Amino acid sequence: MKHSTRIVVGPVQFRIGSDWRAPVAALERLYAGYPQDPARAADATVRLFAARPWRRWLRPSVQIGGDFVVPDALPLPLSMGLLAAEMGMNLQVALGWRRHLLLHASAVARDGRSVLMSGVSGSGKSTLAALLGEGDWRLMGDEFTLIDPASGDALAFPRAVSLKNEAIAEMAARVDAARLGPLLAGTPKGDIRHLIPRADAVAAMHEPARPALLLFPRFGGATAIERLGEGEAFVRLTEASTNYTALGEAGFEALTRLVRAVPAFGISYPDSAAGLALVEQLWAEVER
Amino acid sequence: MADPVYRAAPVEALRVERLGELTAIFDRRSMQTHLVVSPLPEVLEAMSGEACNAALLAARLAASFDLPDAAETRAILGERLRELASLGLVAPDEA
Amino acid sequence: MSAVGTFVDLLVGRRDAAMLTPRDWDGVIGVARAEAMLATLAHRLKGAALPAPVAALFADQRAAAAVATRQALWEAEMARRALASERIEFVLLKGTAYAAAGLSCAEGRQIGDLDILVPVHDIGRAENELLEAGWEWVKSDPYDDAYYREHMHELPPLIHKARDRMIDVHHTILPQTHRTTPDPLALVADAAMTESGFAVLAPADMACHCAAHLLADGDLQGGLRNLWDFHCLTRDFAAADQGFWGRLDARADKHGLRAVVHRAARLARDLYASELPEGWGRSDPRDRWFRRRLLARDDWGRASDFALQQAFYIRSHWLRMPPLLLARHLWTKWRKRAAG
Repeated sequence: MKHSTRIVVGPVQFRIGSDWRAPVAALERLYAGYPQDPARAADATVRLFAARPWRRWLRPSVQIGGDFVVPDALPLPLSMGLLAAEMGMNLQVALGWRRHLLLHASAVARDGRSVLMSGVSGSGKSTLAALLGEGDWRLMGDEFTLIDPASGDALAFPRAVSLKNEAIAEMAARVDAARLGPLLAGTPKGDIRHLIPRADAVAAMHEPARPALLLFPRFGGATAIERLGEGEAFVRLTEASTNYTALGEAGFEALTRLVRAVPAFGISYPDSAAGLALVEQLWAEVER
Repeated sequence: MADPVYRAAPVEALRVERLGELTAIFDRRSMQTHLVVSPLPEVLEAMSGEACNAALLAARLAASFDLPDAAETRAILGERLRELASLGLVAPDEA
Repeated sequence: MSAVGTFVDLLVGRRDAAMLTPRDWDGVIGVARAEAMLATLAHRLKGAALPAPVAALFADQRAAAAVATRQALWEAEMARRALASERIEFVLLKGTAYAAAGLSCAEGRQIGDLDILVPVHDIGRAENELLEAGWEWVKSDPYDDAYYREHMHELPPLIHKARDRMIDVHHTILPQTHRTTPDPLALVADAAMTESGFAVLAPADMACHCAAHLLADGDLQGGLRNLWDFHCLTRDFAAADQGFWGRLDARADKHGLRAVVHRAARLARDLYASELPEGWGRSDPRDRWFRRRLLARDDWGRASDFALQQAFYIRSHWLRMPPLLLARHLWTKWRKRAAG
């Protein structure tokens, strides 16, 4: 492929190939502080390609592919090439990673122990994690968290945080502009802007952290906390994992250990401040 | 009323873990995880490797559980056996 | 050397894995993934000197393949239970059969749907038993449904509601509209039993089916993997039975697949260094188109040579259907796409 780059995020080295220079340039700007290792074979491949040769120039549109391709997926305009690249990286890891149990969860760490926040798009897990990461927490990841089946540790996967709509303004006010990517307006998911984790979080990307608190956040609604039983936490996490079934007994064992060792709570909150307060409150309780 | 006979999975095939009110069962033959509640785990245990139908199960379970009258119990257990068969945890006895 | 050439050399053992650069590995892994052979490669290179990230990736792949194989064999077991009550006999085909029989090509092999062969007079009852046991139809389009039943050699695909896995029930191993049609009753009559209690095709029939699937059933997508199956099968069977190649020749002739099986053998020799006995190596200039098609992969895993791809796509349809039927089929497909 004409243009390409490599990026290391946690245990994964991506190679990203593109028919156009622009998405690769945008990635290299955003991930300038990240390692890349030319002396190491790539773990995952993303391809950004034109479906038909003329689509390189005529109303250029980007199809997302690589190790795995979703058939019938709609292409994105070239102006959203960075979003396509990020979606491509998510896709390859979600469908292809087999070394660790993959959870749709954000994670932050303090003193070697981590909080995992599991939820779908819109649950608020990404925004909460990003905000905690600007405080005295290390951001481990906003979209995926990896659990090592052998040790039970959470591994960091600190990709660029995908801020959507209102969250953009909330974060832009608190961070150095150099850490933000371009505004991608009018994407299928609304306005998006990417935020690179703080330098210390990037530098610590290879440090695991033992899970100590498991939260299932729900943005919107009155402040509430609900203790969840092991069984319920187990069910919710299997639904939040893209590779649980593929791991066989190792996945079963990892998840069983996780829900038995880590207290789980459902939390709902009307705004970020309330959400952050709940996290700190529950953390204080489990750390006692 | 027909009362078909089933055999449970061999003991080494299943990994059974209690998780609060749920029981998680990992079937090593199928690589599937089943999340079940009572009385399914108890039914599996009571079958312990032998061919069993609802009537025999009822007799075994009566020792540890307070069960309703014979016909109702057999009907309920027959249902549970069919469920377990659809999950693959028990199989129709082919003897 | 190209990534696909390096990949083939690694499979055959003609290339030392320790000599590959990181770029080489990117290309080889890309090709292997695109050909659905990454776990196969991981098995072939199990003891080799590999860079740590590649060794780790290969270990992941072998572990994941073991889980996937168990799942595939379980589908066979659940089908067996569903059909056992009516005493319906069936023969396992393709990947699941290789795994059930413990054949060398099964190591790390990706298995898709469960394929089984059922005698045509049992097809209706098989359909009923599977529907009762929790399978349901995938396709709901009446044109496709009719096409499947009348012209393909199988029921329309069934998917199990709870396990979300597909089963394809065949009553012959090539479409009835195909120009050559192997004898399905002979296939079932001569089936062999595995230790695990499943019926699989007899060795010569298995190799014939493999060659037919490779060359006569499609446009050679996934061809490198199918050809690898053929190479391993014939090598294993010949090692166990001195008369195997002769038996294969006779059986292929009986099924009307002699030309197909011979071409598969020559391609296995050309790519994978299969050892062929006398009378099997007669070269055919058309082989080079097949070789080119099989090796048309770039180091990002993309199919290269678009024109050749199209030529094989049209060829595969022409093989399956008489010209009038083909025209009608393509017309209907075009109308549906235009309307949809």
